[in-house]
Amino acid sequence: MNPAVTSAINSGMAPVATPWFFYVLAGLAIASGVAVVTRRNAVHAALALIVTLLSVGGLYLMLYAPFVFAVQLFVYAGGIMLLFLFVIMLVNVERSSKERRFNRMWAVGLAVACALMALFISAFVKGRTLFPDRMIPLPESSNTQQIAGLLYGEAGRMGQYTFAFEIASLLLLVAILGAVIMTKKKI
Amino acid sequence: MPNFIMSYLGSTVTPGEAGNQFWALMYVLIIFAGVSVAVMAMNWLERKALAHFQIRLGPMRVGPHGLLQPIADALKLMLKEDIIPAEADQFVFWVAPLIGLLASFTVYTVIPFGPSQAVSDMNIGILFMLGVSSLGVLGIVVAGWASNSHYPLIGALRSSAQMVSYEVAMGLAVVSAILMTSLNDKGTGTLSMIGIVQSQQQQGIWFIFKFFPLGFIAFGIFAIAMIAETNRAPFDMAEAESELTAGYHTEYSGLRWSLFMLAEYAAMIAVSSIAVTLWLGGWMRPFPNLLHAPAWDFIFSLFPGLTFLGLAAIALIGTARMPSHSFFKVQRIGLGGFAVLLGFIALVLLAIAAAGRSVETSLAARFNEGIGYVYWFVLKVAVFMYLFIWYRATWPRYRFDQLMRIGWKVMLPISLGVLVVTAIVGVLVK
Repeated sequence: MNPAVTSAINSGMAPVATPWFFYVLAGLAIASGVAVVTRRNAVHAALALIVTLLSVGGLYLMLYAPFVFAVQLFVYAGGIMLLFLFVIMLVNVERSSKERRFNRMWAVGLAVACALMALFISAFVKGRTLFPDRMIPLPESSNTQQIAGLLYGEAGRMGQYTFAFEIASLLLLVAILGAVIMTKKKI
Repeated sequence: MPNFIMSYLGSTVTPGEAGNQFWALMYVLIIFAGVSVAVMAMNWLERKALAHFQIRLGPMRVGPHGLLQPIADALKLMLKEDIIPAEADQFVFWVAPLIGLLASFTVYTVIPFGPSQAVSDMNIGILFMLGVSSLGVLGIVVAGWASNSHYPLIGALRSSAQMVSYEVAMGLAVVSAILMTSLNDKGTGTLSMIGIVQSQQQQGIWFIFKFFPLGFIAFGIFAIAMIAETNRAPFDMAEAESELTAGYHTEYSGLRWSLFMLAEYAAMIAVSSIAVTLWLGGWMRPFPNLLHAPAWDFIFSLFPGLTFLGLAAIALIGTARMPSHSFFKVQRIGLGGFAVLLGFIALVLLAIAAAGRSVETSLAARFNEGIGYVYWFVLKVAVFMYLFIWYRATWPRYRFDQLMRIGWKVMLPISLGVLVVTAIVGVLVK
């Protein structure tokens, strides 16, 4: 058995990362991802995207990252997709479903997809040298606390990513203000 | 295999943590059955209570005092013709009620009925609950769109706007309660549902009373937002019958419609459980640190049995007051039998309480403890469920723009202010 899994069991953590579970989730993510681009109806595509996001969230859970899973659930599947559906319902679906699905940009899209694929394959092939050879058994019970320590710092010290985190939140704030100013003519 | 099943009984953690799939499955089944029965009981209680609020009798014909009405309703809904409108999007129309049902039942995995009486204890418990229950609105939105009709679409749009707005205030109120869990010597809080109750236990105070009135205001914000989240009166904009016929489920009938109702009531129980867990001490009995002598433990352990005894007494009185005409013979036998059943349950519970007292470490003592936890948790949730009915009978429906104004301009600033002040006070106290 994999030493990481053995140590995970010894530290009182049951192995949830069974291959069967992974293949089901990955298959679901790919199948629904294909459905997102092939469905003519925008609402069907949005529903398929929700399934994709949820199965990717399940993969996060398998990687012992429950907090990222919760954020995926909350922000993407719950919040953003709801707004997507909200907007899709307001536009005329009838007209958009009659338009051509694949426009002239398909060559560029194919090139980008191939480049990404090549990146993934090279990461997979060179994985042994790029990444540690075994999974670091992170304690699931303190995952959220560790993320908080990295982002906000602990014991009076600044966290490793505090600055980047604050910059990102500032960027989001600017985006929100920009959206308000663009939609509201008179403030 | 029997060894595997029995080995869990002495355990003090949830079956999810113990890795015991058998008991996890049993808990899931028990919770599913319990919630379904609770929804039926709630259905009956709502009709009776609403009727009494309006000086009517409510259902009286099906069984004594209409007690069998929910069963009759369920049968009717199952046998009713299931219509899918010709212009509707067949697949989405079919899948929409399931999304809502799935979302509102999935959250029950982390609801702590006791320190070990939950399917699993997740480190991200409260986030998981809020996240999954926010998926429930997708079912409503998609149902409104798939019906391909005007009123459902307007209902769905209203519902999504409402839920997105109130989720913000709700989330901030929850964060201020989670902040209170971090006021221990370690300085780290927890998101686990069981951990939140345990930290109230350690601090010796329910969070509703913590930093009075801060905890109370946060609780109030949550209590208002959760009505909007579950689309209940006075915030039931999505199904306002005077404006939108029945809102998002106008085109639904039969079993599919009943799935929407089941999901709505299950979601009501789920959000009430969040409120109980975060602010009202979850499974803890009243005054656990003031009245902590073994004698008090015993007195409080009698409560479940006495409750059932009281219900049995009410059923007996109802039997005695039944008219003595031969038409009522079946009803009298039925209600009398129900009283005997309730009395039997009461006797079993009292016997367990007595056995648990005499032998401290026995299985009966553990069992007695568990019954106590579940009883207090369910009692607190039941108070919320009654409040839901009471609100519906008392308050007129809000207008949509008023609802939005309250959400964004009143509740959001207040909850943000409470969060900031809670953080400041927390640092000062330390």
